[in-house]
Amino acid sequence: MDAIFLQVLNGLDKGGAYALIALGLTLIFGTLGVVNFAHGALFMLGAFVAVAFKSILSLEQVTIDPTRMTAWGTPMEIRQPFVEVWFGDLGATVLEYSVPFAILAAIPTMLFIGLVMERGLIQFFYKRPHADQILVTFGLAIVVQEIIKSIFGANPIPQPAPEIAKGMIDFGVALGFDAGNVVYPAWRLIYFLFSLSVIAVVFAFLQFTTFGMVVRAGMADRETVGLLGIDIDRRFTIVFGIAALVAGLAGLMYTPILSPDYHMGMDFLVLSFVVVVVGGMGSLSGAVLAGFLLGILQSFASMNEVKAIFPGIDQIIIYLIAVVVLLVRPRGLMGRKGVMEH
Amino acid sequence: MSKFKINRRTLLKGSAALGVGLATPTIFSSKAWAAGYTNEPKGSTVTFGFNVPQTGAYADEGADELRAYELAVEHINGGGDGGMLNTFSSKELKGNGINGKKVVFVTGDTQTKSDAARASAKRMIEKDGAIMITGGSSSGVAIAVQGLCQDAGVIFMAGLTHSNDTTGKDKRANGFRHFFNTEMTGAALGPVLKNAFGADRTAYHLTADYTWGWSQEGSIKKYTEQIGWKTAAAVRTPLGAGDFSQYITPVLNSGADVLVLNHYGRDMVNSLTQAVQFGLRDKQVNGKDFAIVVPLYSRLMAQGAGENVKGIFGSTNWHWSLQDEGSKAFVKSFGQKYGFPPSQAAHTTYCQALLYADACQRAGTFMPSGVGAALEGFKFDGLGNGPTEYRAEDHQCFKDVLVVKGKENPTSKYDVLEVVEVTPRSQVEYPASLLGGELGPYNNGSA
Repeated sequence: MDAIFLQVLNGLDKGGAYALIALGLTLIFGTLGVVNFAHGALFMLGAFVAVAFKSILSLEQVTIDPTRMTAWGTPMEIRQPFVEVWFGDLGATVLEYSVPFAILAAIPTMLFIGLVMERGLIQFFYKRPHADQILVTFGLAIVVQEIIKSIFGANPIPQPAPEIAKGMIDFGVALGFDAGNVVYPAWRLIYFLFSLSVIAVVFAFLQFTTFGMVVRAGMADRETVGLLGIDIDRRFTIVFGIAALVAGLAGLMYTPILSPDYHMGMDFLVLSFVVVVVGGMGSLSGAVLAGFLLGILQSFASMNEVKAIFPGIDQIIIYLIAVVVLLVRPRGLMGRKGVMEH
Repeated sequence: MSKFKINRRTLLKGSAALGVGLATPTIFSSKAWAAGYTNEPKGSTVTFGFNVPQTGAYADEGADELRAYELAVEHINGGGDGGMLNTFSSKELKGNGINGKKVVFVTGDTQTKSDAARASAKRMIEKDGAIMITGGSSSGVAIAVQGLCQDAGVIFMAGLTHSNDTTGKDKRANGFRHFFNTEMTGAALGPVLKNAFGADRTAYHLTADYTWGWSQEGSIKKYTEQIGWKTAAAVRTPLGAGDFSQYITPVLNSGADVLVLNHYGRDMVNSLTQAVQFGLRDKQVNGKDFAIVVPLYSRLMAQGAGENVKGIFGSTNWHWSLQDEGSKAFVKSFGQKYGFPPSQAAHTTYCQALLYADACQRAGTFMPSGVGAALEGFKFDGLGNGPTEYRAEDHQCFKDVLVVKGKENPTSKYDVLEVVEVTPRSQVEYPASLLGGELGPYNNGSA
């Protein structure tokens, strides 16, 4: 029982990441009709905003210590981050909390990247077939990956969580199990709550603001909204920026869980597309629901008891669920009629 | 009067006779029948082919290999400070190239994909005239390229490949490996783990689901069970899983008190980081401190896992902190040229380039069978691993193995591992027949 509870928890943080990426994908698809294969790259770029932010904070003052030598015979360099030299303990604290602080840098950066991507490239592919959109966005994703690799290298770069969130939370006693049997890293729980908050903010924005209302109307019937004299294209451009921001924040906050490297976006992209399809193309709540559902099912499929009966099930479970859902509900769990059916 | 009549049969016979007639002069003058070998160098230079991952997940390791190769070529041609040529026990290389020819090189990108690696090796052999192919950072790639080199008739000096199969069931006469393997890792780690954690332990394996992972899991299980450990479970994880939490949580309540991570590269960084996040390093099970073991360490990768490597045991082929004369000379050359210490990938590839060059010089030829004969059974010292032998039976180098531990108080970002034991070669040696496979005959190819 405790093992089952642990796997539910595991599924929640992973599901949170899937849900956030799928939410952005669905927003873009629902508004602009674009199948954005560069969305994983946005997730990765968000993670690298955290890396870049920390790198800037970690810029070091280098002093030469002539009394000590390196193993290759040059004088030893003593390095200390400028923020620590200038601000002492405060600087050290800022460095320690670099991941959450990086959100401040990520908001303008990701919005800007999203707008540039949409205006600079994506807008020219609105009227082109989906196959063209997939090719160009996939190509863009590879270009972005290679740029990141040339700057930051190919190896994962650790981004530790703040000391306070490094510990474990013990659910054991509270849930009636032995102490220490149901423990969960604090940062993963923070990630889950963070993803819920972002999802809530996006839904509230679409539901309770005039801007959101126009966007929802545009998703339902773009032409009519245009005929009412509303510049729907400009609003959809902003939606692209918001989707990029959501993916970026998802990537940024995931860095203490998964040390970022240039390829991390691709790992999430394919799974997120399955999430979108299972949830129903164009359905925001479907994307969120499917994200958490598939995250949890993936965790269950990795249990030794399950693998003993179905060896290798953990590697195919997501696709198996997708097949079953599409056979039973061809439009996905919460898909609308008419989306991608013309 | 007879009529000259052409029917189908006559036409065929006539064409065949004409074909033989026309081909005769070429057959006798063709290089295929001359006593040469593939890419026999005729000019004043000889070309090495460095096949390393320049893109993909192991690109940083590949870049370090390339740096080491460039340094080796510089030293062989008489440039720089000579590096390990000064400490190498064989004194055949004089700093004027090999057999009177300057060494030049071409590079290829393996992308850590077997098909891409074979394509780049093929290009270097066929278009660039490479006499020897070397490098790589994956066993799957090494085995694929080794097979290609065997067929093409050039020598393959393997780079970083740790699977038993490279010099076991997939060994080839034209292939040689300086790096150690999972069998040696198991033999070296077993006694150290017993000393550190005792004989009454239960291990839980998480294993990358491909050739190297299976090979590593098998070796560690074999040697830990020999010292009395039990194996609670051995779970295969998909390569590049990213988030391993769903595989780590079952460990918590499995009764196991040791977690063995048979992962390398990105998988190792992620699984180790996440195991530490789940509190396994500080956990108490069965009244004992929980332990994590990473059988194959790479310093470049350990940097990626940051402070999570602290106190965690593993093995490595070489480490820059070694204090023998060879290691010191190499670290000095490399550090002065590039500003940081070399990785184990750089070390093994530098050694391979030097060993090949030396064998050609001793053999007086670049012909694969001649070079191979010079490498087989070759005993040497001064290249950083103590007295070493290229065993004739399987073309595997036998030398001391380093057991390392994540350093508690690193002094720099390169200083992440400390050597806890140098396991003597005698302890990691095994009979050549143990791992199966057949070397087969050398292939010299054709000129």
